[in-house]
Amino acid sequence: MLEVRIHGRGGQGAVTSAELIAISAVDTGRYAQAFPSFGPERRGAPVVAFCRVDEKAIRIRAKVYYPDVVVVLDPGLVDLIDPTEGMKEGGILIMNSRKRPSEVAASRGGAVRVATVDADRIAIEELGRPIVNTTMIGAFIKATGIVGLDDIRGPILDRFGSKLGERNLKALERAYHEVEIGG
Amino acid sequence: MAKTRKGVEVSIAIAEAVRQADVDVVAAYPITPQTHIVEHLSELVADGELDAEFVPVDSEHSAMSVCCGSAAVGARTFTSTSAQGLALMSEIYFIAAAMRLPMVMALANRSLSSPLSIWNDHSDIMMVRDAGWICIFVENGQETYDNILCAFRMAENPEVMLPVAVNLDGFILTHMIEPILYEDDDLVRSYLPWKPMKNALHPDRPVSMGCFGMPEIYTEAQMNREMGVRNSYPHILDAWEEWGRLTGRHYRPVETYRCEDAEYCIVTMGSYGETAMEVVDMLREEGEKVGVIKIRLWRPFPLEEFRKAALGRKCLIVMDRAITFGGNQGGPVATELRSALYGMDGAPSIVNYVAGLAGRDVSRKDFRNIILEGKAKAAKGEVDGFTLYGLRG
Repeated sequence: MLEVRIHGRGGQGAVTSAELIAISAVDTGRYAQAFPSFGPERRGAPVVAFCRVDEKAIRIRAKVYYPDVVVVLDPGLVDLIDPTEGMKEGGILIMNSRKRPSEVAASRGGAVRVATVDADRIAIEELGRPIVNTTMIGAFIKATGIVGLDDIRGPILDRFGSKLGERNLKALERAYHEVEIGG
Repeated sequence: MAKTRKGVEVSIAIAEAVRQADVDVVAAYPITPQTHIVEHLSELVADGELDAEFVPVDSEHSAMSVCCGSAAVGARTFTSTSAQGLALMSEIYFIAAAMRLPMVMALANRSLSSPLSIWNDHSDIMMVRDAGWICIFVENGQETYDNILCAFRMAENPEVMLPVAVNLDGFILTHMIEPILYEDDDLVRSYLPWKPMKNALHPDRPVSMGCFGMPEIYTEAQMNREMGVRNSYPHILDAWEEWGRLTGRHYRPVETYRCEDAEYCIVTMGSYGETAMEVVDMLREEGEKVGVIKIRLWRPFPLEEFRKAALGRKCLIVMDRAITFGGNQGGPVATELRSALYGMDGAPSIVNYVAGLAGRDVSRKDFRNIILEGKAKAAKGEVDGFTLYGLRG
């Protein structure tokens, strides 16, 4: 089972990221869960969303405590929270950041693998605003391979419609190609 | 809709089940964490995908009143609420059962205030335990979808004629996206044939409902009500059996997991059951003879089935998600189960844990602690009252 935690701020679409990953995993015949850190939604406040993907039915009805993958949508969050908390050994931290993976890894004591992509820039260029939840899915797909680029198409177009959906897909695909994955 | 497997939020799956059931009336007032169910239903009605009256009432009291009126004329009726909403509804909630008005409610279980909480526990349903509704608990999204449909068949059976509450843990299930297998519309239609109500209100056939009851008749009316709930039992089983025959997914009033040779069992109701199974698998690998007993049908209480599952075990570790304040004998589930086994040969001792109040996460580690600590308590004879798990000093 792959367990994912996504950090963002209220309004940045962390929950949507988790949902789209889960839906595409289900579409490929697997089992998945996506859920928010339950509670009222507060724009701008740090929020967490969770996702699990497995080949068999998932029976855990609790939060993800030991993620394999952590996605950080907002680089400013790392000053407020420790995104690597509870991460499994060999796990990967996928950050929206202008920094190189080695720079981020060094700041975390080198304990986890890191992938970085400048998702803000991609989102501004492709979508006209720095909403990076779909863009970061591209980096997630490249770094984990848990779902494919083809698998995410349907769920994105379903969610955003064809016009906005295609723009989101373009941003997502750019992140897929531009993400830098550290050793 | 043809048979489809989709990743969707459980609340949306509930609304789709209600659409497939082709309900006539939906009356509800939005309240977290039930909101998405009702929002989606209002969309389905507005988009013409569900030919129903959607009544956007001014309160839950009105929602239940509309549902009573609608059920009384024989219309297929659905509502949904949580916690304070149920509390506001409660006056009419009891009347719906007493007047034998079939309807289905998705109850997104949430803590009762105060302190104000929007998160999950079972204090809301326990408040109306004795109303005379059929009460079902579900563990996951698929069970929720299935049981919403089964509930209509139970409620509207002319031999039953009772309201049914399908209890699902708020947020834990309502806000979860997971795979749901939607059955074909035609299958659902064939499972839920429209059954005209025998004594429906109709201008041509006047009847009185909800009359004044003098002491000379009240006792008999209450016994009639008791027999109504009690006698619904075989028809509840029939509804599940037919659903199992059509879909391959089977439901029982009490379900067991790895209990064949289990010396001790954890007893759960609702979404707890899933994590409990996961942890029992882990403990089995360590050689612990442990199983899970799951109470799916809370009312009418499946006394014989529960006894069959429980007798002969060394101990039961009963999980509650609510407190009976000052009852001094444990949470509502444990109190019930202790009573069910009192004085029986081979009755296990019962250790009771209350956990997960207001949505406090109960992880695999917590379940493991509870099971092992509960087993040790039972061995030492520490079986009175309850332990509030994770209580900070």
